[in-house]
Amino acid sequence: MQQLTMGQAVNQALREEMLRDPNVFIAGEGVGVSIHAAPVLPTFGLLEEFGPDRVKDTPVSEAAIAGLAVGASVMGLRPVVEIMFNPFVTLASDMIVNHAAKLRYLSGGKSTFPMVVRIKSGAGFKAGCQHSHNLEAWLAHCPGIRVVMPSTPADAKGLLKSAIRDDNPVVFIEDMLLYFVPGPVPEEEYLVPIGKADVKRQGSDVTIVTWSKMLGAAMKGAALLEQKGVSAEVIDLRTLAPLDKDAILDSVRKTGRLVVLHEATRTGGFAGEICALVAEEALGSLKAPFRRVTGPDIPVPFSPPLEAFYIPDEHDLVKAVESIV
Amino acid sequence: MPPTKEKLLEMLRSMLLTRRFEEKLTELCQIEGKVPGMMILCTGQEAVAAGVCAALEPQDVIVPNHRSHGHLLARGADPNALMAECFGKRTGFNKGKSGTLHVAVPEVNALCTTTVVGGGIPIAAGVAFAQKYRKQKNVTVCFFGDGAADEGSFHEALNLAALWDLPVLFVCENNLYAGAQRYEEHTKIRDMADRAVAYGIPGIVVDGNDARVVYAAAERARARAVAGEGPSLIECKTYRCRGHGESDHQLYQPPEEIASWKERCPLPRLRDEVLAQELLDEKALKSMEDEISRIVEDAVRFAEESPWPDPEDALSDVYV
Repeated sequence: MQQLTMGQAVNQALREEMLRDPNVFIAGEGVGVSIHAAPVLPTFGLLEEFGPDRVKDTPVSEAAIAGLAVGASVMGLRPVVEIMFNPFVTLASDMIVNHAAKLRYLSGGKSTFPMVVRIKSGAGFKAGCQHSHNLEAWLAHCPGIRVVMPSTPADAKGLLKSAIRDDNPVVFIEDMLLYFVPGPVPEEEYLVPIGKADVKRQGSDVTIVTWSKMLGAAMKGAALLEQKGVSAEVIDLRTLAPLDKDAILDSVRKTGRLVVLHEATRTGGFAGEICALVAEEALGSLKAPFRRVTGPDIPVPFSPPLEAFYIPDEHDLVKAVESIV
Repeated sequence: MPPTKEKLLEMLRSMLLTRRFEEKLTELCQIEGKVPGMMILCTGQEAVAAGVCAALEPQDVIVPNHRSHGHLLARGADPNALMAECFGKRTGFNKGKSGTLHVAVPEVNALCTTTVVGGGIPIAAGVAFAQKYRKQKNVTVCFFGDGAADEGSFHEALNLAALWDLPVLFVCENNLYAGAQRYEEHTKIRDMADRAVAYGIPGIVVDGNDARVVYAAAERARARAVAGEGPSLIECKTYRCRGHGESDHQLYQPPEEIASWKERCPLPRLRDEVLAQELLDEKALKSMEDEISRIVEDAVRFAEESPWPDPEDALSDVYV
C-alpha cells in the first residue's frame, strides 16, 4: 500500500475528484501559486495539471471565497474552497453560518449547496493564536453544515472524496501537523462515509473519544495505560456533525467510563456535548464520572514551551483515566 | 436601446402588480395577526426591479434582498405562492420556512435571497462564476441597498468579480435610507457608483424612478457582461416610501421629503408614457389594473385558505 502524508492524501482526493467530475473546482488564497509550494501540501501541482480555470487563486478575501462557494454550488458546481488558517474562518463565517448552512432550509428544500470549505487548522506550528484556534465546536453548533476532522491520511482522502460528493455544505478541517505524518493509503478508489466513527482500538475499562491530531495522543496514552493494566478503547469520531452517537454510547455501555480528548479549549468545547450525550442516554452504565482532557481556556501561545503546554498529550490523558479507574 | 413597446407594457404590468400586491400587504398588516412578523416593502422602488428584469433573459439569475417582492414579481414569480409564503403557509414558495424576507424561487432563477445586508453580493459573484465556468451567455443580477455598499462583502465581491471579469450586474437601489440612517449619514461620497472606480469597472448612475432608463442601463451592462467584459455597478436613485417594516413609523423621514418623492412616483411616469405612445388607451389600462387587482385578491384568498405547515415540518429541509 502507498505511504502518503495527509497533505498528499488530500491532494490525491482533490485530483481524483477533479478528474472524475468537471463540476469540481478549487479556489482560495495560494491554492495555485503558493509561497508554501511543497509536494506534501494539499494543492501542490494542481494548477499545472488543471489550469487556472479550475484552480483559482483568489484575493485575500475570505468572505468572497466562501460566497463564491455558496453561489457556485447553488448553480450545481462543486466548489472546494480553502481557508488558509482556522481563525480566518471568522471572516468567512457569515457566508458559512448564515448562508451555506441556512439557505437550503429557507428555500424549503428547493436549493442545495454542494460545497466544501477546507480549513487548515491546529496548534503546534508556532504562529500564535491568530493563526491557531480550534473552532470546530462553533461550526458543529450550526445546523445545516457537516463538520469533518480526519486523523489519518487514508481517512482524509476517503472523507474528502465523500465531502465533495455530498450535496450538503461540508466544513473539512485538516490539522496541519498531520500534513507531514505518513500513513498507508489504499491505491484503489474508496470512500469513507461521513458520520461514521472508527473504533481504533478495542478495550474494556475506559472509552477514549477523540478526533483529528489528538488521535495520536490517544493511541500513545492507550499503550501506556495497557502497561499499567488498563484496557482503553479509542474512538476516532472523524465527523462531529453528524455525530455517530451509537459508536460512543455502545462503547461507554461496554466500558462504563468515558474520557474525551480534544485540542480545542475547554469551555463550550465539543467534549461537553459528548459528555452530555452520555449523561442523557447512558448515565446508568457509568461506573465513574466522565473526564475532559482539553486545551486550557487560553489563546494558543507562541513560545515553544508555552505552546507545548497548551496542547494536551498522552500524559494528560493517562492522568485523567487514572483518576476514574 | 430604449425599451420596445412590449417591454414598456411588461414593465408597467409588473410595477402595477407589485404596487397592488404591496398595498394589499400594507392593509393586511393593519389587521392584527393577519400577516405574521416583519413585512418589508419596496413601495416606490418598483421601477428598478421592473426595468432591470425586463432587460434579462430567462436563464439569467437574480439574487434579491429583503425587499424582494418587486424583484420576484418582475421575474414572473407566482403571486399566489408569494402571498402564501408571506402568510407562512405550507403552499408558499418555501413552505413557510422563509416568510416574506428571504424567498427563493429557483423556478424563475431567483436564487439565494438573503436578509443579511450585503450578503447577496459575494453569492452573486459565485453564481456568475458558475455561468462563466460553464461558458453560458448569461448574467447574474444582485440587488442591494445603499446600506449594503458599506459592508465588507460589497468590496470583497466587487474586487473579485472585477478581477475575474464575472458577468454580474451589481444593482444598488439607493433609496436614501439604511435603517433609520440617511444616505449622507453613512456615506461621504455623493454617488455610490463612484466606488466602481476602485474596482476598475463602470459605475453608472440612473434615475431609479424611471423604468425606461433603468432598462437601458441594465441592457448595456448585460451586453458588456455577456461579451466577457465583466461586471458593472449600476446605482439607481430611488426612494423608500415605506419603512424598515410596517411597524416603522418613519419618524426620521421628513414628511415633505416623502411627499416630494411621491410626486416622482415611478408608476404615473410609465403610465403616461404608455398612454402617450398609445400602447394602451384609458379603457385598456383600466382593464389591466382591474385584472391585477383580481390577481392580488385571488392571491390573498389562496394564502388565507391554505393550510399551515405541520409543526413537525420545521424539522425537514435542513440537510439534503
